[in-house]
Amino acid sequence: MTLFIETLLGGLLAGTMYSLVAIGFVLIFKASGVFNYSQGSLLLFSALTLVTFIEMGLSFWSAVLITLVVIVLLSILIERIVLRPLASRNVMTLFMATLGLSYVIEGAAQGLMGAEVRLLDIGIDDNAMFVGEILISQFDLVVACLAMILVVILAIMFSKTRIGISLRAVADDAAAAQSIGININRIWQIVWAVAAVVGLISGMVWGARQGVAFSLSLVVLKALPVLIIGGFTSITGAIVGGILIGASEALAETYLGPMVGGGITPWFAYVVALAFLFIRPVGLFGEYKVERV
Amino acid sequence: MRKNPIGKDNILEVCDVTLAFGGTVAIDTFSFSVERGSICSLIGPNGAGKSSILNVVNGVYVPNAGSIKFNNQQYRRMQPLKVASMGIGRTFQHNALFGKMTVLDNVMTGLSRKALSTVPEIIFKLPRARNEASSFLRKARETISFLELNEFEAVAVENLPYGVQKRVGLARALVSEPNLLLLDEPMAGMNKEEKREMSDYITDINRKLSTTIVLIEHDISVVMELSDHVVVLDYGRKISDGDPNIVKDDPEVISAYLGVGL
Repeated sequence: MTLFIETLLGGLLAGTMYSLVAIGFVLIFKASGVFNYSQGSLLLFSALTLVTFIEMGLSFWSAVLITLVVIVLLSILIERIVLRPLASRNVMTLFMATLGLSYVIEGAAQGLMGAEVRLLDIGIDDNAMFVGEILISQFDLVVACLAMILVVILAIMFSKTRIGISLRAVADDAAAAQSIGININRIWQIVWAVAAVVGLISGMVWGARQGVAFSLSLVVLKALPVLIIGGFTSITGAIVGGILIGASEALAETYLGPMVGGGITPWFAYVVALAFLFIRPVGLFGEYKVERV
Repeated sequence: MRKNPIGKDNILEVCDVTLAFGGTVAIDTFSFSVERGSICSLIGPNGAGKSSILNVVNGVYVPNAGSIKFNNQQYRRMQPLKVASMGIGRTFQHNALFGKMTVLDNVMTGLSRKALSTVPEIIFKLPRARNEASSFLRKARETISFLELNEFEAVAVENLPYGVQKRVGLARALVSEPNLLLLDEPMAGMNKEEKREMSDYITDINRKLSTTIVLIEHDISVVMELSDHVVVLDYGRKISDGDPNIVKDDPEVISAYLGVGL
């Protein structure tokens, strides 16, 4: 029983790391219908920038601050130069644009800052600790708290403030939002900036967990099953989807792993996502589109 | 104001506007003007180009020729985002409300054009953003009371009956105190009782808030009663324009639109 609880809890906590990445996608997708594939390379870019500044001798927090400014400006620039001119094109065009963009960003990041694996220390020990009889990773616990704080801030920002109301209005019906004087471009800019901040935070925790290198940009692929389960338009969905994936991965590895010779983690999330596509294709918190004909 | 002895004070003048989609001419050298403080109705059969006119005034469509004069300023085309800040509000035939949001939030969005506070001010809750938030809330509630939507304030719009949704759309357009209100079929799909109510609201808005109104409506009896001025379209052309009673007896209107029954 202890093993079960330990595995479940460990999985739940680790899952919030997936949630963090998924939130970045949800923000942009909800506001503009763009599935921003370059989210992963932006995450890599911010982790690399952070490591580079730290290696240059800056203190951790000043490096974080400068990275934050750089990544927010970069995101706003991408929105302005790449996506805004394509705004009225179809979804596939926008997706292809972000796919291409991801290679440009990856290449630029590695070209400017090096391609070797580097360590990122964000000051959280990756020690295990006992809570009663249960062993938990301290790192996962801190990350989970961080994710929760982030979600609360986002929830406050996007619920009652004018930005939040405008964002939801644009997400619901962009043409109507514009006709009543909401500046859609401004909303997209805000969303890209916020997604950049979320990307930096995910870049920090993922970079600290597995080292900063090219493979970091592949965490987007892990966000996909999370989005399929949680729905592409819900931040709550991203959280729930993330911890569901985390928990099911951990449980599968522990209980099913021995039967199939281990190595379940890399593919199990996709099987779960596939099952969801059969049962509820819009995800747990997704919305069925009702079309008036 | 309405019977201006010196001369007509027009808030809106549409001058020789032509709009074509590919080879199809939706509006053909069409002109009309709306006197400040009046209620003007656009009528005509389906596909006559009524909504297209609103979309040109609103900046959604760019006319192929002609211009629009608003508040004595001439424009070759209207910019959708600027239109709202110029003081033109509009409702839509299909409501185009934000379904998942409450009535209050929907009405709040209508105030966007009045917003001055910046994003950092909102995030850090600085004084100007706080004051703006509370004054917006007060204004939204005033409009909600004016249109007697109080009981629905916290309800998500998609759960409301169609007739009430139409009123929410009106509230969203009205809350920013526009000078000109464009209403695209504000009474579509309503029963007689609801139409009566909506007419009263429109008259109230016009009289009490001295808002100029341009509306599209199919119910002729409502139009005749409500309007100071009626413009009749058929196949993108104007076939009659003037006082409701004169328009009603225009033989061309009768043959094109009103039919033998009237």
